[in-house]
Amino acid sequence: MNAPRPKVRIATTSLAGCFGCHMSFLDIDEHLFELVELVEFDRSPLTDIKHCGPCDIGLIEGGVCNAENVHVLREFRRNCKTLIAVGACAINGGLPAQRNHLDLEACLREVYVSRDGLGEGGVPNDPELPLLLDKVRPIHELVRIDYFIPGCPPSGEAIWKFLTDLIAGRTPRLSYPMMHFD
Amino acid sequence: MTAELETAEGREKLRKVAIDPVSRVEGHGRVTLLIDDDDQVREARLHIVEFRGFEVFIQGRPYWEVPVMVQRLCGICPVSHHLAASKALDRVVGAVPPSHTATQLRRLMHYGQILQSHALHFFHLSSPDMLFGFEAEVGKRNIVGVAEAYPDVARQGVLLRKFGQEVIRATAGKRIHGTGAVPGGMNRHLSMVDRDALRADADQMVAWSQAAVELVKRLHRADPDLYDVFGVFRSGLASLVRCDGAMDLYDGVLRFRDGDGRIIRDQVPDQDYHQVLQEDVKSWSYMKFPYLIERGPELGWYKVGPLARVQNCDFIPSPLAEAERREFIDHGKGDVVHAPLAYHWARMIEMLHAAEVIRDLLDDPACTGGELMAQGSRGHEGVGIIEAPRGTLIHHYQVGDDDLVTMCNLIVSTTHNNQAMNTAVREVAKRYLSGRKLTEGLLNHIEVAIRAFDPCLSCATHALGQMPLVVELTGADGEVIDRVVRD
Ligand code: SF4
Repeated sequence: MNAPRPKVRIATTSLAGCFGCHMSFLDIDEHLFELVELVEFDRSPLTDIKHCGPCDIGLIEGGVCNAENVHVLREFRRNCKTLIAVGACAINGGLPAQRNHLDLEACLREVYVSRDGLGEGGVPNDPELPLLLDKVRPIHELVRIDYFIPGCPPSGEAIWKFLTDLIAGRTPRLSYPMMHFD
Repeated sequence: MTAELETAEGREKLRKVAIDPVSRVEGHGRVTLLIDDDDQVREARLHIVEFRGFEVFIQGRPYWEVPVMVQRLCGICPVSHHLAASKALDRVVGAVPPSHTATQLRRLMHYGQILQSHALHFFHLSSPDMLFGFEAEVGKRNIVGVAEAYPDVARQGVLLRKFGQEVIRATAGKRIHGTGAVPGGMNRHLSMVDRDALRADADQMVAWSQAAVELVKRLHRADPDLYDVFGVFRSGLASLVRCDGAMDLYDGVLRFRDGDGRIIRDQVPDQDYHQVLQEDVKSWSYMKFPYLIERGPELGWYKVGPLARVQNCDFIPSPLAEAERREFIDHGKGDVVHAPLAYHWARMIEMLHAAEVIRDLLDDPACTGGELMAQGSRGHEGVGIIEAPRGTLIHHYQVGDDDLVTMCNLIVSTTHNNQAMNTAVREVAKRYLSGRKLTEGLLNHIEVAIRAFDPCLSCATHALGQMPLVVELTGADGEVIDRVVRD
């Protein structure tokens, strides 16, 4: 009799992303029930664990757009043995990085001060609002990343294949049709 | 009312407790509580801490890119943005109305979206609180815990969501961020193969949705002191309704009711939203606060989403959901049901409605054949309003002669609920937290109230924020790669 294998611990987070990559993760559908036999979740939008503890795998959605993203990303790198960039936003900033060519001050004024349909306006400014970076950054500019899964989002199938490879100790491989960039 | 808990006096002297991040919701939010020496909560705020640049960077893009771009606002309800933008831009290309086939296909896509999002919200995100209790062990309070303790419930939830996602795939080409709708119509029909496969499962989905309504009703009946009272406050209601007053989640006119259920505005055409609505900004949140202009910011705010819609319409145009709506209305005994936890009940009624609508649309030959595109004379402005899973979603664009977008204004569902969510947080803080030693379980009460609204904090934060200090960003190798100074 083999002793039951200890479960693999997985943490996930969304930085400057749209949660589409997390939704695609849930698109593994019924495989979810197989997955929970193999893994347990640490910090994730699906659990109430607010800070990441020691984990085997970390999945990151979204690029880095503010100071809080930086803290969370570093927390994940410190705690996760294998860190994976999931989707276009994590890999290269994605659509939110479209703001990189704009001047923040001017945008703020436009949205919060000068736009039609505003009653009381004013640019939000409060210690509770995390400091913004003037550019949205891919996560590999801040910490070392072990794997990148492309797509916006990668399909549930691709995420499933990748994770099952990794959990089984194989080098993860995605077949050509599973690799897409839209 | 708990408006006094918005800003405390002598804030410096109070102790701060933060819930950060708010979990099992979509997007990035944080709650701060300021507490005095007697453990009384003196201030409670839900801050939306993320910023996006969508409204600004869409300006200058060609209009035909917009329905695809805006989906990236939200990966849970991308279809809502996709369709609201397409509806707005139908006006720019002169496709008013779009063809019958395009409308039916978009409806199918949209109700698929409602079904998957409602299933996700109820089963994957909120059911752990209701099935295990608000103060259950943290490690168990998630979908994995539900799968272990209630395997059938979890399984039906996962398969309902899957079905909704498959409806989207069949109409948009991809489950998340597809490309089905275009300004002027749709780019594909539903294939016969997909139609048959979906139709084969549709009756089962109706049955499981009915079971989900039953489950929520059971929970309500088992503990009315909690479900009818938790976080309750009075506010107006707002949503689209069909011209004849029926529930319609894809198209219609705006209707507003006051907190006692009286209609105060009706039949407002979507193109005129800006004549009735205005938004305020508060310094401590990136999310704005909309209200009905004629009632002003103090009285004019309202709830949107399932709880508002089920009570704002005159009837639901599908039989099983309509029967459930009547039972829901009866539960209010002549008054409007305002309890935040009743959102879940209303949400499941809508999921049942969506399942019925999908089943019927799959039988409609307009989905598998017919004209996809319509044309007309070119315009320069359009508003598209849709009832997204979380509530009324407004997209407004102006487009120049060169086809580039010159103005983009978005009011997303969760923004409409901003004041309501903050009020719910304050009600719960006052009633359940004030004067007590704060435990993790007590703090979860606040999150339970927020979750009831099914907030999508990610797409609510499309505006840009400010950098009041210095940020230095060092790369993996320790080198400074970015340094920002603002004051
Ligand atoms: S890669 Fe695409 S799906 Fe993933 S977070 Fe970014 S926009 Fe959303």
